[in-house]
Formats: sequence, structure tokens, C-alpha cells
Amino acid sequence: MDPAEPDQPHVPAPTIGPVGFAIGVVVILVGLIVNPVWISTIGVVIAVIFAFVWARESTSELRGRRAAVEPEVRPAEAEPAAAAEATASPDSAERFPRSKFLEASTLGLGAVIGGVVTVPVAGFAVLPAFLGQKRHEVDLGPVSEITEGQWYIATFMTDPAEGETSRRTAFIRNNGSVKSGSTQVPSFTIISNRCAHLGCPVQANGPTGAILGLKDVVEVTKNGKITMTPTVPAGFGCPCHGGQYDTEGNRTAGPPVRALDRYSFDIRNGRLTLLSTFSVSQVDGTGAQAQIHAYKLAGPGQHVDGLEQILYPLQPPHH
Amino acid sequence: MAARRPPSKSQARREQMSAAVNFPLDWLEERSGLVGGIKYFLFRKVPGDTNWMQTLGSATLTAFIVQAVTGVILAMYYKPTPEAAYSSIQNITDHVTMGWLVRGMHKWGASVFIILMFLHMGRVFLFGAYKYPRELNWIVGVLLLAMGMLEGFTGYLLPWDQTAYWASVVGINLNGTAPFLGPWLAQFLRGGQEIGAETLTRFYSLHMLVIPGAIAGLIVLHLYLIIRLGVTSPPWSAEAAGEEWEDEAPTELRAGLTRAGSGGAAS
Repeated sequence: MDPAEPDQPHVPAPTIGPVGFAIGVVVILVGLIVNPVWISTIGVVIAVIFAFVWARESTSELRGRRAAVEPEVRPAEAEPAAAAEATASPDSAERFPRSKFLEASTLGLGAVIGGVVTVPVAGFAVLPAFLGQKRHEVDLGPVSEITEGQWYIATFMTDPAEGETSRRTAFIRNNGSVKSGSTQVPSFTIISNRCAHLGCPVQANGPTGAILGLKDVVEVTKNGKITMTPTVPAGFGCPCHGGQYDTEGNRTAGPPVRALDRYSFDIRNGRLTLLSTFSVSQVDGTGAQAQIHAYKLAGPGQHVDGLEQILYPLQPPHH
Repeated sequence: MAARRPPSKSQARREQMSAAVNFPLDWLEERSGLVGGIKYFLFRKVPGDTNWMQTLGSATLTAFIVQAVTGVILAMYYKPTPEAAYSSIQNITDHVTMGWLVRGMHKWGASVFIILMFLHMGRVFLFGAYKYPRELNWIVGVLLLAMGMLEGFTGYLLPWDQTAYWASVVGINLNGTAPFLGPWLAQFLRGGQEIGAETLTRFYSLHMLVIPGAIAGLIVLHLYLIIRLGVTSPPWSAEAAGEEWEDEAPTELRAGLTRAGSGGAAS
């Protein structure tokens, strides 16, 4: 504060940096809507340049030249003893006195003790969420129970030890068998009901269960009681924010960023077994002829293809 | 008039009483200085024309204390496991004596706390009370606001009903869409790849231990800064804010830390 004007708070002089930075941010945001590739890039360039200018401006006082101060000169007086002491003391004084050493070692020891306590505790809090994530295989019962061409809403527990919180739902259709090389292999469409927007449960748009005059298929396997309710969906819809999908899981409307996830499967001893989940950007074609653009499992709301996929370069370990 | 009379019986009793009351206070003050400290905290100079709007901060503090007290009581009956959480909430509401009231206070008080925080922030903004030298207190206040929102987010899951579960699914996945670290943040919040028992206990711990602790610490800092810097005059006040403070000449220690233009160091 200027001592002459104590009421004036010190404010930096108005400069171009923050204004230009703000303009850059506006251009980025407009570009995200209009043309993310070009206009946003221009916005990023403007913002970076002005951020640099702003940083230079606001630190100019710190970096600036030091005020030239004339060194104080005193005529050499008599009193040679005092003069000798004055010149000698800077060199002869302890450069690293004992008290400094004790201070530093106390602080250092405190930091070590703090670290010894904190690091394991922080690890205990964070690591279990990422380590030892198990893949659960799900036994859905005999394939023969699943009518060809019919959609089912299957619910099952991925881990019965966890209880009802591990109950999941998948939409299943038996596509019959397709030729793969010289052999016939069974084909299933198995779509996860986790919405690709923010993870709400997607539902079948269409008549379900008793109204069709069809009975539920009920099995008891290692994955608890499995219910497969027949349905005739026109597509799938999410109740939370209105995302809509077609019967292959492609997004048709609403906020989802990609198609619905799918389960990979295997037939073991004639039983349909779900292996793991993977993400899908898009499906071309339908049923057994579908071309599935598969990716490693990503969280809801995360792009797996296109430019936006660079926002999620590393996925935590999960299945 | 008459010469000094010996003290009457009632007067003597009053003196006895005041000595009896003062003795423990004096005892405490002599050993701790707490009485003086509390006086310093409560009997501060305040601008003459402060406004009812300036009680919003105290109201927010009161709302937080209500949340803390009712929360501690609820924690005596609540069970953070997927099997027991919802039934323990039902038990609190239907069977524990006055449980419905304490749970209601905590549930509705949560909204009151958030609303009061926003009103308080609005008052500070409109009065210009965030300006020099009170910027740091604004920053601490913003952190408090964020912590309050986190309390809301983590507390919402605890009833473990359908609304709670799916709202948390959406909320966690929303965090998961943040670039780069988002997926990791979401998995940390879930305590694994799926929402389940781990998520519930984790949110419970955050909701009743970690975040309230942070809020309490930040409140202490917030109040310390208010006491140090004083209450702001309203914008229409004739009194200049902070008049009672002497300009402090920066010491050598501060010289290198402050901006060269802020005086002191150069002069």
C-alpha cells in the first residue's frame, strides 16, 4: 500500500493478459459446439498465449530489475581493531551452527515419522479399490432353454457372496448358429443394461413377460436365482436422462456417448456362460451378422472412439 | 449522612454468591487464560451499522452444529452394510424414540445448511466483503462450500434405497467422465469396479469422519480470519472498514514474500 494513500488497495494495473485469456476460453467453448477441431484449437492457442502473457505481466515485479542502490560508503576510520573484527566475522562465524542442525533434524525426523504413518494409511485407503479386481463368470444355465430368435431379460448375481448388490441385468438373444470356417458356432447377442450415459439401468421398450403369453425361464446356478423374462423390444431406453438405443445397442437418441456394452460369452457343457464385459462404439448389421466395434471396457459417459478418446488414456483395472 | 453501616445481610449474601461464582472462573482464567480468550472472541469491535444479513454466517455455523449433533446420534443406530442399512433407517424412523425427529432434522437440516451457505456467500459478494484484505477468507469459504456439497453427495447414499443407489451411480459416473483421472476417481469412490458394500462403508466414513473433520478445521480458520480482520461495514456505511487497525509496517521476514509494489519492503 502506498503510505501516502492508505485507502487505496494495491490492484494490478489493467492489462491485456486476463482479457485475452478470457477471450480464448470463450473461443474454446464456442468451438466445442461449432467445430471442436479447428475453432477450439484456435481458442486453445489464444488462451495459452495470453496465459503466458498474463503470467509474465503479473510476475514482472518479481523478475524485474532490482532498484539500483548506491552502496553505502563510509570513510575508513581509525579503530583498526573494530574494522578487523568486522571483516573477519563473516568468515569466522559458524556457517552451519548446532542449533540449525538440531532444528533441521527435528523437522526431518518428524517428517519421517509422519510419512511412516501416512503412507501405509493412504495406501490402505486407495489401493484396495484398484488391486485384485476379480472377473466374475456367470453361469446362465443350459443353452437349450433359450429359444432361438427370442429376446430375454436375464438377471443374475455376479457374486452371490456379495448379495443383491451384485445383481445385474443383460438382454440376451439366441441368434442360432453361424458358419465359422468349416464349423457351426452358436451366436448370441448379449447386451449389458448399464446405460452408456451415466450408468442407469436401461429397460426394454416393449411388451414383457406374461402379456406375451410366455413363461419366464428360471434357473438356479452358482450365480443365484437366474430369471430370464421373454420380451419383444423395439429398442432399449434409459429412465434417467432419456437415452435411447436400438436392439443392437446403438444409440438412437439422447445423451449417451456410445453404444451399450456387451458381454463376451462361451458355451461350457451346453451352458451359456458370460465371461467379461467390453465396450462398443457402434454395431453395423444385426444378430449373427453384426460387426461389433469392440473396445476395452470403459466407464459410462466415456468416449471409446473419435477425438474424445484421448481424454481417457488410462483405465483403472476392472472387468 | 450516616457513617458507613456494616453491610446488610442481603448485601453480604450477594458478595458471598459472587465470590462463589467467580472462584471457579478465576481459577480457570489464572491457569488457562480461557476466559479472556472467550471475551476476546465474543466482545469484538463491530461497525455500528452492521446488518441482519451479517448473521447469515452464524446461522450457517448453527446449521452445521445441528448436523454434527444429529449426525452423531444417528450414527449410534445406523448400520453401514448393504443388508442392514435400509432396515436400520426404518428402525430409526419408526421405532427409536424421537428417531423420526432426529433423522428429519438431519435430512432437512442438510438442505438448510447448503441454502444458508449460498445466502451467506451472496451476502459477502453483494457487500463486497471478499475484497482486500479478506480474499483468503473467501477462498476458505469456497472450500467450505465444496466440503458441504461433498457431505450432501456422500450422505445421499446412506439410506441405501433405490433413489440413493441410482443417484450415487449417476454421481460417481459423472465424476468418471472427467478427463484423464476421472475413471480413477470413480473407481476410488466406488471402492472397486462396482458399487456395493465397499462403497457404502467408504461413503459412511467420508460422510461422518473425513469431511466433517475438514469442515471443522476450515471453520476454525474462517473464524480466525474474521477475528483478525474484523467484520466488514455494509457498503452504505459511513464508517470506513477496518479503521481500528493500525497499519502494520512489514517486517524483514515479510519483505521478500510480499509484492514489491505493496509498500514496506521498498520504503
